[in-house]
Parts: sequence; structure tokens; C-alpha cells
Amino acid sequence: MITSPLNEVVEKETAAAKPKCLRCCVAAGCLSSGSLAVKQSLQASVTEAGLQDEVHVKGVGCMGLCSQGPLVQADPDKVLYTGVTAESAPTIVSALQGAKVDLPTTDLNHPFFTLQRPIVLENSGRIDPERIEEYLVANGYQALYAAVRDMTPKDVVDAITSSGLRGRGGAGYPTGLKWALVAKTPSHQKYIVCNADEGDPGAFMDRSVLESDPHRVLEGMALAGYAVGATQGFIYVRGEYPLAISRLQTAIKQARRLGVLGSQIFESGFDFKIDLRIGAGAFVCGEETALMASIEGKRGIPRVRPPYPAESGLWGQPTLINNVETFANVAPIIRNGPDWFSSIGTGKSKGTKVFALAGKITNTGLIEVPMGTPLSTIVEVMGGGTPDGSAIKAVQTGGPSGGCIPAHKLDTPVDYESLASIGSIMGSGGMIVMDADNNMVDVARYFMEFCMEESCGKCIPCRAGTVQIHRILTKIHEGKAGQEDIETLEQLCEMVKSASLCGLGQSAPNPVLSTLRYFREDYTALLPKASEVTV
Amino acid sequence: MSVPAGVNGAGPPTGAKPHPSGDNRFKILEATMKKHQHQPDALIEVLHTAQELFGYLENDLLLHIAHSLKLPLSRVYGVATFYHFFSLKPKGKHTCVICMGTACYVKGAANLLAAIEQETGIHSGETTPDGAISLLTARCLGACGIAPANVYDGSVAGNQSTDDVLNRVKEWRNNDNIATK
Amino acid sequence: MAVKTLTIDGTLVTAQAESTVFDAAHEAGIFIPSLCRLEGVTTTGSCRLCLVEIEGSNRLMPSCILKVDEGMQVRTDTPRLREYRKMIVELLFAERNHTCAVCVANHNCELQDLAKSVGIDHVRYEYTFPKAEVDITHERFGVDHNRCVLCTRCVRVCDEVEGAHTWDISGRGTNSRVITDMNQPWGDAQSCTSCGKCVQACPTGALFKQGSTVAEMQKDRTQLEFIVTAREKKQWIG
Repeated sequence: MITSPLNEVVEKETAAAKPKCLRCCVAAGCLSSGSLAVKQSLQASVTEAGLQDEVHVKGVGCMGLCSQGPLVQADPDKVLYTGVTAESAPTIVSALQGAKVDLPTTDLNHPFFTLQRPIVLENSGRIDPERIEEYLVANGYQALYAAVRDMTPKDVVDAITSSGLRGRGGAGYPTGLKWALVAKTPSHQKYIVCNADEGDPGAFMDRSVLESDPHRVLEGMALAGYAVGATQGFIYVRGEYPLAISRLQTAIKQARRLGVLGSQIFESGFDFKIDLRIGAGAFVCGEETALMASIEGKRGIPRVRPPYPAESGLWGQPTLINNVETFANVAPIIRNGPDWFSSIGTGKSKGTKVFALAGKITNTGLIEVPMGTPLSTIVEVMGGGTPDGSAIKAVQTGGPSGGCIPAHKLDTPVDYESLASIGSIMGSGGMIVMDADNNMVDVARYFMEFCMEESCGKCIPCRAGTVQIHRILTKIHEGKAGQEDIETLEQLCEMVKSASLCGLGQSAPNPVLSTLRYFREDYTALLPKASEVTV
Repeated sequence: MSVPAGVNGAGPPTGAKPHPSGDNRFKILEATMKKHQHQPDALIEVLHTAQELFGYLENDLLLHIAHSLKLPLSRVYGVATFYHFFSLKPKGKHTCVICMGTACYVKGAANLLAAIEQETGIHSGETTPDGAISLLTARCLGACGIAPANVYDGSVAGNQSTDDVLNRVKEWRNNDNIATK
Repeated sequence: MAVKTLTIDGTLVTAQAESTVFDAAHEAGIFIPSLCRLEGVTTTGSCRLCLVEIEGSNRLMPSCILKVDEGMQVRTDTPRLREYRKMIVELLFAERNHTCAVCVANHNCELQDLAKSVGIDHVRYEYTFPKAEVDITHERFGVDHNRCVLCTRCVRVCDEVEGAHTWDISGRGTNSRVITDMNQPWGDAQSCTSCGKCVQACPTGALFKQGSTVAEMQKDRTQLEFIVTAREKKQWIG
């Protein structure tokens, strides 16, 4: 263990630990099912039973199985209670004292839990996200300490490069390359930006990380700042995530108080400050140049690249942009070494990926698996298939920029290249399961409507092209289209994909193209029957 | 440099529309702008604060912000209308947000929306003529684990059915003693 | 001054190192269409009509922004590019209500010229017929949103050359509109200096001088070049 001035805090915290603990999920999913009342009730019952010195009731981040919340885990008994209510909470406390109780629990030996490999989520559901002390006990800020004391900035960049980490926001650009580029661009002022504008509908990985373990992201950003020579960081977080915003604000305050952010961090010459910028509801701001425009207080309009942000970003200065999950991987890589990280995953896709399972799936929630895990393992073995046991028709990955993967391709391993080869993308990690009730033309139209409404309007292919694609899809869905409309649709999709200015337009046709590729029968079934057409 | 309001009881920067000097909300808004040193970059932060304080972004309020940050009027208006979050019209007493994220959509969010649209006679983005209820849709609340999810007056509710939505509307109407149309 | 040699459509072209492919091509007499580009103001690369193919890359690049490079091989007129340009112009016609026969800019319209040059004889897409307004509250000029292609030339020229920043864009996506000040009638927009640069910059009949009737609106874009050169270089060309 590395000795750091923070050890005192860690020792104090460890000494105060109680033998038993009730961890109550207070992330957004469980909160909206009433977990705050559960936590209060647990606390009251513990006090009533006079167990304050023995049992610690704490709020923790996401435990993954969101569909069965509110969740409470009892330690050291290793029991995960599901669907806990304020009324059933006292029973959990009596169980802790040895009473036999009959409450719904879930099997922690289920593949949903056992096949996971938590790196990003290692503290999720374990520590109180509102207390920096708990993050410190879980080895928090030790990577930063080690870096600023014993490593040169170049060492840090090299470690990230040799770990093989790639951007978790979608395209999978090698993180080390990006860092090296910003590091070598000379400037008196550089910026670190954390893209927490998780816009893909059906994706909630980043929200969960921010709500469950915000310090991990701050530490990753500070390490990046040290590595590339930046002193100012911004987190651009969605306005739709009020809880994540408030936990980040708390975390930043605590980090400043303990001196892990601010001036002369760990008595080194390294200064680093982080500010929040709250998004205002524009999907296109997930695109890095649009995001930077928005941080500068402008309309979130993307611009042509190059120049890339690494050379000319915020206010024209070199800027490093990574997303939440990418930054969340940084501290463990520095702490455990790049070789440890690169031993996980596949040849070109290292480490793990967090996925948000949703849609027609039994175990809705958040999982983290090694890269290369087959899709079928995720949705069928871990996710438990569809709730009614019917066949899975498709799995949608990558949101409006991704594609629909048919059932017969579910043996595909999740890594950047494999997903791209079947017409989808890794994306940020949303995984929506669909069954026979979901018509693929309707799904394609849903995503196109999304892109149409989220198009910033700057370039013509995206602004006007998505409108026309949406019109044709609607026409097909209403049974009013002919074969020639499908041809026009395909031509338009190809043009919008190739000619649009930014990633939004370039990927907007993907859901249409992938459903045309694998579910063409859903389209043709909606065309007027041959017998009805006069030849 | 104009004198920031809230300091020595001075009014807002010159050029702004006069406002009731007793309105504390302008002082809070001014403090936000001061925190950002009246930098034009802070426009979105300031609009967030303004909307929080006033509920929506009235024309005069946008003018006041434009003058305080020394920004062109059309730029402020352009930014305010670019982002979904900002509303230039007053919201209803109650708001219902239907999440139209993918997870909610594949689990029938469109039916929820249709039901409430029929019940209230308004479309997404509109407010009932009596100012009682505003109906909005969200791109994704990130509450996919409990889809379909809605937000009623700021609090998220999961696993919603059409009955749940309609009951909520009825509850609001009963509580407010507003007769159904 | 450093020069670069590149190939455009099979022709060897020499251009200054800082030059864009668009400018290099035009100097060599190779025409690349564009709608948003305007001499004297910043380029946005937004109309996507000037996209070109570069040997060794599968990404299409806007030639108005792309800088020339030694040995670069550019193709500006492939069947694919021709088809894309045609589609883009058709999309514009379907997006608003463009009726050349009754337009002040008839025969003096860049959109119309484009349609001719890319060979449009009909529009394959459904017209959307948006409800768009005409504002003639300004004492000298008018704006007809039916004819706007959202190229933002007016926004840029007003901000960068005149310095008034009367124009901007409101809304987003297909609901975007050019606005003056607080989206108020142009005649009430106090920041407007009535200089008329936006009118000259507009590629279509969307911004026009009042009193002009069908096909009468002549646009003089050399006026803008004159002002920009005078301001930046202290040279009064003409």
C-alpha cells in the first residue's frame, strides 16, 4: 500500500467501521422506487433495536439490478433483499440479529452477478458516494498520489497507451494516442473535458457511475490533467441528471477540502481544478465540437474537424475530451498497472465495458463484463432473456447511432470491431432487447424521429435528409409505400451517412440500414401485396 | 464596467429593463452572473439560473441577461431556443414528463403519451388552457431499469401504466378542485 | 511563399500552402458548387455541396475548409458526388416553399443556378410545405422565410463584417429560422444598421430589397468583397 497524507483519514475511517452493514441503494432507479424512505426506516429500526454501534446503515450507489429495487444488501451475511419497502425494512434488521425471515431476496450466485468483472463499477453499490472517506478506504486517490509523486507525465501517458484503453463513448479511439497528442501540443493553457452528456436514449451507465462513485471520475480527470499538462477540467453533465449533478458538486467540494483537487496537489507542483457545466437538453452536444461550443455558452453546433480538439478545442486551446467511463478506467490502470488491464478483454478491445440492459429483458439493470463476452451471454444468461420467455428478436446497441442485431448474430462477442462488422457500434453501452411485438420499421422510425428532432440544423443532409427519411419510414409503416420508396430510402441513407458534417448525421441512418439488412421482411410485409398491385 | 446589482443596493447593469427593486430573484441572478464575472461564456449557466428563479424565460428577462453579459440579442434568443431545457412560455401548475427513451418506448411509452394527450386535449410541449398541466416528453431519463418511467412534478415514477398516468392527472385535478373539462 | 502541388480531377495544380482545395480548384478553373461559402466571411462547411473525394481516404471532405497538401489527389466531380449534390439540392427544394416563377431573385438566384448545374428536373422527395412567414416591417428590406436555405451568410456577414450581429438562428433542426434581435419584426430590430450587407450576401430571394418585383432583385456580392478587402488590407479594389 502506498503511504500518503490521506492515510490518516483512511485509518480513522477503518477504525470507525462497524461489524455489520446495511447498504441501501440510493441511485436514481431505486430512489424513484422509494429507497430513501427505506433507508430512513432501516436507520430508525437499528436505533430502536439499540444496534447503532454494531450496524452501519448507509446509502450506496447502484447495485445493478435496477428492475428489482429498492435493493438492500446485508453484510456480512451477503444477502441482497429486493423490492424492499419502508414497512419491510424493520424485518431486515431483525434478520441481521439472526431471526428467520421471509423476504424476497435475489441469488447472488446468479450469472448476472458472477459473470461480471467490475473495474469501473468496483465501488458501485459498496461505498457511500457522498463521502470521500469511503472512496479513500477503497484505495481512492492513490493512483493520483503515485502519479504526481513518482511518475512523470509521460509515464502516465505511456501507461494509458500500453494498457490498450479505448474511448468508451462510441468510436473507440485509442485513449493513449489522444492523450499523447494533447500532451505534445504546446500551449500555456490546456483543458480536460469529461463528456457526461449521456444522450443515447436507453443508456444509463454514466449516470450510474456519477451517482455511485463520482470521485473515480474526478481522479481520472486529474490524472489526465497531470499527464497532458492541463490545470482546468470541465464536466459537461446532462441537465436531466439532477442527482448526478448534486453528487458531483459534493464530490468536488470534498476533493478540494482534502487537497486532492486545487493547488499543489500532494505538495507537488501540479494544480488542477474541476468545474461543472450543466447541459440544457441537446443530444448533439455529445459530439465533442458541439459540446465545446456549449461550454462556451453558444448554440451546440458542431464544426468541421480537423482541427481536432487535441489541437484546437475550448477557446482554441488544446483540449482532451473523454467520456465518463473512459475516465473511470484511468485510476485503476495507474493503480494496478497497464499489464493488468490489458490482460482483460480481447486482442484489440481491452478491459471491460459497462452495459445498461433494458427493454424486454428479465434482469434490467447495469452490468460490467470483459470485452469479448458474447452478446448471448449478456442478454440470455445474465439478463435472463425476455420476461415472458418468448424469443428475442433483436438487440439494439449504440442507441440512435447504432444498429439492431438479429437473434442469429447473438454469438457475436462485444468488442469494437465485431460489433462494427455486423452493422452496429459499441456506442456508449445501451443494450435494448426487443421481441416479436416490436416491429423493426417502427423501431427505425422511432430512432429517425429522434435524430430529426435532435439535428442541430447546420448541415443540409442531416437537417433535411432525416426529415425525408422519417417521412418515408412513416409511409412504409402506414402501408402506403411502394418498392421504389425503399430504394429512395436506401439512397438517402447512404447520402446522409457520407455527406453529413458530424457524427449525429453520419450515424443517423444506421438503425434504418441495419434493420433493412436483417429485418427486410418487416419492411416488405408492409408494402402493398403483389396481388393488390396492377402489374 | 457596469456596477453589478446586489452590491451596495445598486440596480442591474444599465440598459436592462427596470424591475421591481424588491424582487430578490434579480439579486440572485446578478450574483450568478457576478460569479462568472459577466463572461459571455456563462450564458447557458445564467439561463439555467434564470429559469430556476422565474420558471421560464420571458422576453424581458432574456433582454436583461443579454445586456448584462453584453451579448447580441439574437444570440441570446438563439441559444435559449436551441436547448430543450429552456422554456420561453410559462409552465402549468403541474408538469408531467413522459420519458420517450428507447427502453420506455419499447415498453409502450407511446401509449402513455397518447392516453394523457387524449385526457388533457394537449400535445407534448403544451399547457392546458387553464394553466393547470404542462405535458412534456423527455429523451431519456436514464431510469431505463424501471421503464416506462414518467416524472410528475419533478419526481420520477417507474413501471407506469396508462391507468397510473390518468389517475395522476385526476388526482391533480381533484386536489386543485379544477373541474374536468 | 511556400507552394504545394496537388492533382485536382487529373490536372496538376499549384497552390499557396495555406490555400483551401476550393480556392485552388477555382483558380485552376475547376468549378466546385457551394451555397454557404462567401468570400470575406468565415467558412462553415455546412451546405456539403463542395464535398470532394480524396485519394486514400473514404471520408468526403468540404473543399472550402480542407487545406491543400503536397501530392494530394482530389476528385471533385465523380458520379457519387454528382448524385449527392443533386440530392442535397432536391432536399432544399422540398424543405421550404421555393417558387422561382414568382420570386424576386428569379434568374439571379444561386439555388436556381445550382439546380440547373446539377441537373434537377424534378424533386424525388415529398414537399413539406412548412408555414413560413414574410416580414416586410423593415423600411427598405424584407425577409421571406419560404426561400431561406439556412446558409447563415446573413448571420456571418452581419456579425463579422458589419459588427451588428442583428441576425442569428433560432430553434434547431428543420425548425431553425433566421431571426433579427429577439425574434422580433425586422423593422423593430434596433441593432440593425440597415446596411443591406445581408441582402447582398443572401444566395436566394429570402432577403430582398423592397420594391423589387419578380426577377428584379440583383445581388451584388462584389460589394462585400470590396468592404472586406478595404477593412482588412486597406486596399480599395474595384
